[in-house]
Amino acid sequence: MSKRKAVYASKIKRAVHMLFYRRHKKPGVKGWELRKALGADYPKVLRILDEYLKPLDLQVKTVFEEGEKPHSEKPTPEELDKARFYITLRGDLTPKEAKMIGWRIDDLAGLAITIAYIISKKGKAPRKEIEELLREKLPGWKASLNIDRYIRYGYLSQDENEQLYLDWRTRAEVDQKMLMDLILSK
Amino acid sequence: MQSKKERAKIGRERLQRIIEMCKAVEERSLNPFLVDVDEIIKVVREFFPDWEHPEDLCLDAEAINRLASVIKLQSEWVKHRSTTLYTDPFLLEEKIKSLNREALVEAFLGAWHPIVELEQISLHSLKEALTYWESLPPLKDRWKDFPPPEETGGVASREELLRLKILRDKAFTEELENFWNELKRLVAEKGEDGKIKYWDFVGAETYEETVHRAFLTSFLVTYGYATLEVYPLEEEIFIKPFEKQRRIGKKQLVSLPIAITREAWEKWRKRAEAK
Repeated sequence: MSKRKAVYASKIKRAVHMLFYRRHKKPGVKGWELRKALGADYPKVLRILDEYLKPLDLQVKTVFEEGEKPHSEKPTPEELDKARFYITLRGDLTPKEAKMIGWRIDDLAGLAITIAYIISKKGKAPRKEIEELLREKLPGWKASLNIDRYIRYGYLSQDENEQLYLDWRTRAEVDQKMLMDLILSK
Repeated sequence: MQSKKERAKIGRERLQRIIEMCKAVEERSLNPFLVDVDEIIKVVREFFPDWEHPEDLCLDAEAINRLASVIKLQSEWVKHRSTTLYTDPFLLEEKIKSLNREALVEAFLGAWHPIVELEQISLHSLKEALTYWESLPPLKDRWKDFPPPEETGGVASREELLRLKILRDKAFTEELENFWNELKRLVAEKGEDGKIKYWDFVGAETYEETVHRAFLTSFLVTYGYATLEVYPLEEEIFIKPFEKQRRIGKKQLVSLPIAITREAWEKWRKRAEAK
């Protein structure tokens, strides 16, 4: 193995350790942390790692600060430093698999409704409206409990006026455009 | 003709109304185009020459500031509508209502790529933990100055009750609603004024069953299926079912501890048997 290849193999291992194992309260690693540990060429390391993960149906996901898209096609080093990197599933789960990782079908349907409704309301919607919407399909007591749970998991956040927003986990895990297209095409 | 004072008063009221309206649009996510910006600017301009006091100028500045926020919202609204993410909320609401759970989940799973994360100890942290453990003094040395901890009561979570097999996991809602129907039936058969004594409802053949019924009753009350009426002087508690589930505001919730002790259950059993 050439020296260059060996260096990248070692960097990829380090990146795997950092990305797969949770280091902070929230999963994922900030770009600047990766730069510190892997060097300035960390975007290249991540690209190679992403290729390795492809056959395993996993991917390196980049979430830019506050869900903002970079200003140009190619993000700047500053934008990458502020972004958060995660390992996520590349493909889809089947309903059976979703159940196996601890989600009830009711709760998942509730999450889909909530996220879609907030997207349609420009990223912010009153909690009361969402509770009413959920009550169409879920028992009343469960609607509020579910929203609290989505907030706890990081899918939603709530401000002092009881307005709900999409939070970091939705930005990392959900392809918002795809979700809207899939719901509307059903 | 209006006096200067009267005109200033009207102007202040109008500015106040403008501020309130802009605030409502901002806070309640209303359509920002409900605000007629030209009209508001006309009003602000009309009264501006009348302002002499700093308070009035502050009010004028606040109105302009609020209006600027609404204009920003209008710009965001237009931007959002022009993006591919824009969907009419009403259309979406109708769509959601018409879809069943399975279809919604199927759509969500097509767009959901959950994060992969592991929590596992490493060799390094294991080594650190061992060093810590070796240097940790025994408990009897560390706690000798403190009195032994007392057994205290606590709150049992639903998960714990599931583990202890007091509750069944399947269809908790269904179980709760059956229990509610049972309460309504018992009240119709044995109750008075639409209510029944708490112990006559929760009391059962065995102590374990009684605890289970009391636990479910607490959910009936918390989730607005029934209410409790407490008569402290008579030391009586009644439970009254609602015909329809009621939404209970968080501010109105009051915690009411009711001890379900074995002694209380035995007492109730004796009384029930004597009847």
